[in-house]
Amino acid sequence: MATTVIDTIPAHLKPFVPSPTPATVTTEKSTIWGWLTTTDHKKIGTLYLFTALFFFLVGGLEAEIIRAQLGGPNRHLVSAETYNQIFTMHGTTMIFLAIMPLSAAFFNFIIPLQIGARDVAFPRLNAFSYWVYLFGGLFISIPILFGHGPNGGWFGYVPLTTRAYSAGINIDFWVIGLQILGISSLAAGFNFITTIINLRAPGMSLMRMPVFTWMAFVVQFMVILAFPVITIALFFLMMDRFFGTQFYEVAAGGDPLLWQHLFWIFGHPEVYILILPAFGLVSEVLPTFSKKPLFGYPVMVYSGILIGFLGFGVWAHHMFAVGMGPVADSVFGVTTMLIAIPTGVKIFNWIGTIAQGQFKATSASLFCVGMVALFTIGGISGVMHSSPPADLQQTDSYFIVAHFHYVMFGGSIMGLFGGIYYYFPKFFGRLLNEKLGKWHFWLTFIGMNLTFFPMHFSGMLGMPRRIYTYDAGQGWEVFNHISTIGAYLLAVATAIFIYNFFKSRVSGPAAGPNPWGAGTLEWTIPSPPPVYNFAVLPTVTSRYPLWEGKQADIEGARINQQSGKTAEQLGIVIPYSTIKPLLAAAFMIIMFSGLIVGHWLILVGAAATVLALYGWLTSPLEPEHH
Amino acid sequence: MSTATVSHHYSSTGLENRKIAIWAFIGSECMLFVSLISTYLIYKDRSVVGPYPHTPWTDPSTGHVYHAILNIPVTSASTFILLMSSLAMVLALSAVENKGKPQHNLGERILGNSKLWLFMTALLGLGFLGCQAYEFTSFVNEGLTIKTNLFGSTFFTLTGFHGAHVTAGVIWILTMLFIDFKRGLGPSDALNVDIMALYWHFVDVIWVAIFTLVYLIR
Ligand SMILES: [Cu+2]
Repeated sequence: MATTVIDTIPAHLKPFVPSPTPATVTTEKSTIWGWLTTTDHKKIGTLYLFTALFFFLVGGLEAEIIRAQLGGPNRHLVSAETYNQIFTMHGTTMIFLAIMPLSAAFFNFIIPLQIGARDVAFPRLNAFSYWVYLFGGLFISIPILFGHGPNGGWFGYVPLTTRAYSAGINIDFWVIGLQILGISSLAAGFNFITTIINLRAPGMSLMRMPVFTWMAFVVQFMVILAFPVITIALFFLMMDRFFGTQFYEVAAGGDPLLWQHLFWIFGHPEVYILILPAFGLVSEVLPTFSKKPLFGYPVMVYSGILIGFLGFGVWAHHMFAVGMGPVADSVFGVTTMLIAIPTGVKIFNWIGTIAQGQFKATSASLFCVGMVALFTIGGISGVMHSSPPADLQQTDSYFIVAHFHYVMFGGSIMGLFGGIYYYFPKFFGRLLNEKLGKWHFWLTFIGMNLTFFPMHFSGMLGMPRRIYTYDAGQGWEVFNHISTIGAYLLAVATAIFIYNFFKSRVSGPAAGPNPWGAGTLEWTIPSPPPVYNFAVLPTVTSRYPLWEGKQADIEGARINQQSGKTAEQLGIVIPYSTIKPLLAAAFMIIMFSGLIVGHWLILVGAAATVLALYGWLTSPLEPEHH
Repeated sequence: MSTATVSHHYSSTGLENRKIAIWAFIGSECMLFVSLISTYLIYKDRSVVGPYPHTPWTDPSTGHVYHAILNIPVTSASTFILLMSSLAMVLALSAVENKGKPQHNLGERILGNSKLWLFMTALLGLGFLGCQAYEFTSFVNEGLTIKTNLFGSTFFTLTGFHGAHVTAGVIWILTMLFIDFKRGLGPSDALNVDIMALYWHFVDVIWVAIFTLVYLIR
């Protein structure tokens, strides 16, 4: 018997009270095979979390090498060629392999729980997205270990990256790897758009949706509209490099600016793809620790949507230095200034949330407050170079490096760390150690500012981006020295976090369903949630069902929190585990690597991929109903 | 059990998941083709050597005269073929949706034959691909390859990309036809055919844009 919403709820239920912390944590043990074949959004989210943290450490190690090399004048810790590979992979890793997938970990784990669903719309496609990400990430990351890492900067400007100027296979791995990663993001985009549109529980109207899910929704639209554009830019470059086309061939009439336009039409929306999930997380954490609903919820939602739209109309602010002429410069300067308005509105809404509530400082809320502060600094320096004349002084200098690290580290990473402290109990059923968490926060906060704030000055003094080393006597030494000390401090902070993460996962105190007294739907179910998430699909009557819910919310929550039953006992159908998405992903990577290995392998890989897809599509998703 | 299973296959909008996903996919594909077509248009008339799409060109070093490359009559025919395949697809979908309803005369039996219309759709799709293969070979014989000039690079990449979409569509249709022969498609398969049809019509509409912007407008 499958469950219905109403008829299984006993009539005598009392209003909802957060249950006391239980002594034990119920987790299902899973084999390696279980992880390889999983279609459960929570397990896939966990895989994303671990993989993204791994790549975060890789990208962090690359950053430490960069800072060690730049810590003093005329250092030769690594060779100039290796240095090129390291800064290229630092950017590529952090953007595509760490921040985006860390957001994806939360999308996977949290969105279905926040909207009251049992899984995403397409569980197997979800597994496919993850495996493509993992394999694509390894594909693009491993070459550097053999001295063949991509070395053209994360934006891969032509003509530097064309065959004539980059003959080696370094750029080949980058061009192919990013196309592979794009497929992962696109598949996830279709999946989450469908999930959010169609799997919301009864009563979960769009304007009751938690802001994290809202921001994720906006992000997925940006992904499916922006990634095709970089895919085409990369496809042209691949054709130029492998098949002798002339898209970026200046002598043949080709225009290097074509790459810049296509890249940044993707690249600027990408910035919002990286930051909006953190905005969403902050919008969950701050209300919980202020004991107050989010200030200005509708404005928060609309400003997120507006950012999504405007994000597609500002790309050429990355190109003021190429001489587009006064009209284009003015237009893109103005649109860039405009996009600061919805972003600024969000900052005031967060401040409004804290100001009117009873703020409680925890690791999660500190990271989120830190995010608001540091992102504001990055946002303000961003508005500075929205003005073309100012930008001409700042572009390609360390001032820009300072700016986007305040946005990406101070914004995205701090927000995501806040999210990790907040949702760790939901992932693993245990709490992270708060004391270590606060050490992590303060060391990160101080280290981050020590690292990146001096870069404003070294940039203003003329230090260019991507420079390998520099002579003494230009006034850059002291700022670089401070930056490097800050980077070492960040390494210590991250080590504390990693220790805390793995220690608490095993022996942290049991969290219970709702350790923070939060108000949204994901906190109505056990931590970690049972495989079916909700024993009964909740009926939602408000934005914070646990805080302001009507009787229906509360009754559903109580049932779900106390359910210790298996899916079979409840008659809930769970999708089969299957290895086919992994196989399809693996064969697809083989197909792509044929471009480097030999063209025969493209055909073999394509045939194997098609076979795997046929096997996947002809096997049933889940057992039949009966 | 239809009400009891509502919690499992619950849908907020009443729409099928796959229907929403295919629309998102089509939106995304639009950006792919917008990028390709824009590049073609931006690079139009920027090739430093011929041959050119609409005008003849004399190679200054050899004196060889190249005719205007594009063959409008052939492509008009292939465009017509592709549009007709969309019509056949509409009929195939309606035949699958109406499977099992009584058929009173020959006309209704023909219209209700999903195998016939799926076959016709695939055949017309293959006809379009045949025209494209003919077009590509004759261009190469006339001296335009993907490496010759910007026109060659953008033209072959754009139309080849579209051709790959048509090829994927034909494989999809043939797979559906195979299933129809194996166990017969019925109204319960209508969603699958509907999604395939949406993809196919999208690929056709994109071709109309390409035909207009690349072939017809000089
Ligand atoms: Cu930008």
